Amino acid sequence: MLEAVVFYILAGVLVAMGLMVITRTNPIASALSMVVAFVALAGLYATLSASLLAIIQILVYAGGIMVLMIFVIMLLNLHPEDLKPMRARAGAVSLAILAVLGFVLGPIFLKVFPSGQWKMATLFPDFGSIFTVGEKIFSDYLFPFEVLSLLLLAAVVGALVLSKRKL
Amino acid sequence: MDSQTFTLINITAMTVVMWLTPLQFIPFFIWLERKGSAIIQDRLGPNRAEIFGIRLFGLIHNFADVVKLLMKENITPSSANAFYYLLAPFWAMTVSLLPLLVVPLAAPIDIAGHTVRFQAANFGVGILYVLSITSMGVFGVILAGWASNNKFSLLGGLRSSAQMISYELSMGLAVVGLLMVYQGVKVDGIVESQGSLLTFNGHTLPLPNWGIFLQPVGFFLFLVASFAETNRNPFDLAEGESELVAGYHIEYSSVKFALFFMAEYSNMVVSAFLVSTLFLGGYQVPFASTETLVQKPQVTLFILCFMGITWGLAVGYLLYIYAQQQKPLYSGMKRWEPFILSGAGLGLAVGSLAILAFSSAITFPPWAPAVLAALLQMICLLTKVVFFCWLFVWVRWTMPRFRYDQLMNLGWKLMLPVALLNLLVTGVVLLIQK
Repeated sequence: MLEAVVFYILAGVLVAMGLMVITRTNPIASALSMVVAFVALAGLYATLSASLLAIIQILVYAGGIMVLMIFVIMLLNLHPEDLKPMRARAGAVSLAILAVLGFVLGPIFLKVFPSGQWKMATLFPDFGSIFTVGEKIFSDYLFPFEVLSLLLLAAVVGALVLSKRKL
Repeated sequence: MDSQTFTLINITAMTVVMWLTPLQFIPFFIWLERKGSAIIQDRLGPNRAEIFGIRLFGLIHNFADVVKLLMKENITPSSANAFYYLLAPFWAMTVSLLPLLVVPLAAPIDIAGHTVRFQAANFGVGILYVLSITSMGVFGVILAGWASNNKFSLLGGLRSSAQMISYELSMGLAVVGLLMVYQGVKVDGIVESQGSLLTFNGHTLPLPNWGIFLQPVGFFLFLVASFAETNRNPFDLAEGESELVAGYHIEYSSVKFALFFMAEYSNMVVSAFLVSTLFLGGYQVPFASTETLVQKPQVTLFILCFMGITWGLAVGYLLYIYAQQQKPLYSGMKRWEPFILSGAGLGLAVGSLAILAFSSAITFPPWAPAVLAALLQMICLLTKVVFFCWLFVWVRWTMPRFRYDQLMNLGWKLMLPVALLNLLVTGVVLLIQK
């Protein structure tokens, strides 16, 4: 009962803020709605007993990446009038949403709930905690983890090379 | 009362306490800053505000401040983005009050079959929660800077957001070193393991097992980063008066400015709590573990009475000397106030001495040892916190401000490599010891 209430509140905030992100003309307003959406998403992760993921969602996305995005938007100093020509047409957007719902989500729903009942996975006691995730990353998934970090390093070096005139 | 109801009441009460603690520290901190800066600059400081003839060293000045800020005109600039302009101070204040929820005030005690915890929230992610909440704090500054539609405030907001992001990295890495040493992320676990003596290579050293001894580099990095995170001198470029007038809160007046002002001080109180909890043993009394304190209430009582005697004597004697030598009117006290306060201090000393003298005759009721231990631990934590509050004041009024490029060089080219090196050394030492 309590879980359902929390879920509907968080999901409601998430959907409302997601709509705000694409409907606001003011880019800062969009970005801030996205921050709130990220926090609500972190709350959903926390209710799914993925506490580390929830914290990382806030720490990295809401607190780090969104700050950088707002930083860039503020430096560009866009006015709503500048963005007028970029506005999407309502008809095209609703068609796209219907297409996504019909051709992507629809088959998934039909596949997952053919009879209206499904089996929940049972979680082991320490699921999603920082220790379990750390153990998995540094034993079973060490190679993908290292490859990912190499990818990020390459991106950092690339950004430096592109942005700095005199190395 | 079943245990679930008890836990619920306990958590609710502690949440309220941890919400009120920084709020109660703010007026004290502002007074400390004003009087501290006055002492450092050889001035008198605030001394005129009085209520019914009481001046209390300028503490009453805070009431005058509150009345002044409430009475000022509440301006919203016509070209500002009103919603975000109003949201910014509330965001700053809310975020600044949240991190204290995970800080334990004392070790959990058992009373009448129930365990009373002095920690509002014991999250599994522990200290990461604090880092994530403080990373949200930057939005208050950014919003204020952008929404007031002023070039000075925009520049202040940009500077400070860049600064906060840069120093968050060093802060996080300093904490990681601590987590490696104590093998856990939960704050209560970290504080508990700081209660024993320091053991290195099988030898027990006569030092407490505190973070400052195990991670001296990490302690220094965390301290510097917390100065930068709270936008405090020598890192207060966000509101560099000489260049930006007042930085991000230039367009804010009245209560909205008061909220920013309070958020700044509450951030510092939270930082002081975190530094003392993570690196100075939190509530742990040096050389006296929680078990010792609970099992031997005589020891607890002795330490409490000893502190009462020394502090009472110090306060009483110093105020008495002060009252005789200075002109009390100009230093923020009526002529009779220091005598009353020094009398109270001496009374505390005499009372403590009396309790100490008759302590062998006292039979403790079964709940007393745990309560006494918790009381002593809270006093110990608050002493550390007050010391760090004073450190914030001390540094602000003795250090000049950094230039912006110096700030960035320090954050990225010095502190970040040192933090990484610290992690490497910590890891190698831990591996060798294993």
